[in-house]
Amino acid sequence: MAERKRALLQGNEAVVEGAIAAGMRFFAGYPITPSTEIAEGCAKRLPEVGGRFIQMEDELASMAAVIGASVTGTKSMTATSGPGFSLKQENIGYAALAEIPCVIVDVQRQGPSTGLPTSPSQGDYMQARWGTHGDHPVIAVSPSSVQETYEETIRCFNLAERYRVPVILLMDEIVGHMREGIEMMSPEEITVLDRLVKEDPEQAAMPYDIVPGEYVPRITPFGEGIYYNITGLLHDNWGFPSTSPVKNNRQTTRIMNKIIKNAELIEKYETDGVDDCDTLIVSFGGTARSAEAAITIARENDYKVGLFRPVTVWPFPEKALSEICDHVKNIIVAELNFGQMTLEVERIAKGRCEVTHIGKVNGTILKPNEIYRLIREVSR
Amino acid sequence: MPSTLIEKYIRESHLPHIWCAGCGNGTIMRDVIQAIDNLGLDKKDVVIVSGIGCSARAAGYMDFNSIHTTHGRAIAFATGIKMAKPHMKVIVLTGDGDAAAIGGNHLIHAARRNIDLTVVVFNNSIYGMTGGQFSPTTPTGEFATTAPYGSIDPNFDIPELARAAGATYTARGTTYHVPQTIKLIENAIAHDGFSIVECVTTCPTYYGRKNKKGDAVKMLEYQRDNSVSVAKAKTMTAEELKGKIVFGELYVDNEKPEYTKEYEKIIKIAGGRSDE
Repeated sequence: MAERKRALLQGNEAVVEGAIAAGMRFFAGYPITPSTEIAEGCAKRLPEVGGRFIQMEDELASMAAVIGASVTGTKSMTATSGPGFSLKQENIGYAALAEIPCVIVDVQRQGPSTGLPTSPSQGDYMQARWGTHGDHPVIAVSPSSVQETYEETIRCFNLAERYRVPVILLMDEIVGHMREGIEMMSPEEITVLDRLVKEDPEQAAMPYDIVPGEYVPRITPFGEGIYYNITGLLHDNWGFPSTSPVKNNRQTTRIMNKIIKNAELIEKYETDGVDDCDTLIVSFGGTARSAEAAITIARENDYKVGLFRPVTVWPFPEKALSEICDHVKNIIVAELNFGQMTLEVERIAKGRCEVTHIGKVNGTILKPNEIYRLIREVSR
Repeated sequence: MPSTLIEKYIRESHLPHIWCAGCGNGTIMRDVIQAIDNLGLDKKDVVIVSGIGCSARAAGYMDFNSIHTTHGRAIAFATGIKMAKPHMKVIVLTGDGDAAAIGGNHLIHAARRNIDLTVVVFNNSIYGMTGGQFSPTTPTGEFATTAPYGSIDPNFDIPELARAAGATYTARGTTYHVPQTIKLIENAIAHDGFSIVECVTTCPTYYGRKNKKGDAVKMLEYQRDNSVSVAKAKTMTAEELKGKIVFGELYVDNEKPEYTKEYEKIIKIAGGRSDE
């Protein structure tokens, strides 16, 4: 194996390194806690690799600039937190409908509105899926450690290119500001997917016409002599507005299906001790670290507890969890909110086991002891 | 003989356009295309960006790299395109509502940066696509569906707003003054920095009807009879200029550094190698 560089990094800094390793060459952002270190890192690092950074006038503009850069074939990213994530939603929907690859980092903070800017939360879980209006596809990924943040950021760029969707890197303040030693992969170890295009210029001029057997359009970037239109209106295969019910149904169905039908290729999750457990903890992001510690305590006290940790949180790894639901008695969903992923878990469990939520909305983290107490309670 | 511009630059298969009879938008679209042709730009390097509204539909009819974006955000999308590919000529087609109301923040900040974009504002003094609501350029006292008793909102002077924010080329044309407006757009595109050309256009369907301005011909005659050149305006008093359309080059600054060129210096300082 090639030499790996070791570094002590914050989660937010790992996002920057992962993104640059994945080929990101444009970042547009707006200062907001607790994601600002990502913009600061990009301002410093991007020009070093010939990329470009811009601090825009607001969150809406940042999202718009990212899509603009991406249509030229430049891998692009923005980063924000709750209030900014809300402001970006309209243009995230644009990227979903026009099928423009991009990565949006949301370092979640507590509360609606201005909330608690420096405190952790996982309250944007449902917003990551349904934040923009209308039925739309999206992928969201939530890492639990700084190492995973670095690696998943690279995967986010590849998913964005492969499926031509906005990919949400759903961070939380815990992981964003946590410092851990990580190993950075050498360039030869990293798979970087580049944008697929059509060879035949006549075919390329019909950008949304899908190659047989594929779900995702191959769209030649602007500037290469292929002239077509991009719009946020429902459109035909040439990218021109259409009001035909047949075409509109076909387009909306296809953009949904490209994720639904490929869900198992997009999904990623980690399990630990799920085969013979009575109680399963479902947890993600920074909270999964507390869940892991709680499981260690519980096992020392002879409780049979397993962990299911989705890394891809949208689409949710449904089939994998469903299989576990057949044999566990209890599921505890530990998340820093009022019970959002819990709804998804209940939907999948379909009453086969008891689902209990444990969360917190006061700006502090869930502690291992608190989760352990609930494990004891449900095991009675 | 039909204009060769159509064959070269118009997506004929997507005509007829959606604009109403008497709308001036087609005239402005033609002015932009003529300006591009006069400059001999390589189509490959031209990006047409539009927002939302009647004006925004022009992008789809023009056979370039064209992108019809979200309401108010065309300039922000264009900023991303220009930053990623500084060699490209990025032209924004927008309306008075799109540019000066919902997108006003992007307009002033792009002007402040002096980033090399050309913004062509189709100013019809009304929200046409949604059926005739007052816009930031509807003159005070005039009527609209949301100003049934007359508007109490003061109106913006868009080129003046852009100049105050830092734009280095500002101009105003009209749909009556076609050759002059083509030249203004041409100069704006050739200008290295943020340029804006406000094009006063006719909307007989909504603005005209609501304010008893007559049909398209009447509205064009109004433009002819109430326009004064920049040179002539200099000899007139503020009182005499009331209600007049001052057309021509309003402000030109060739000294202020252009944003993407300044960023190239940042790349050099950071030790990177630009692909541009």
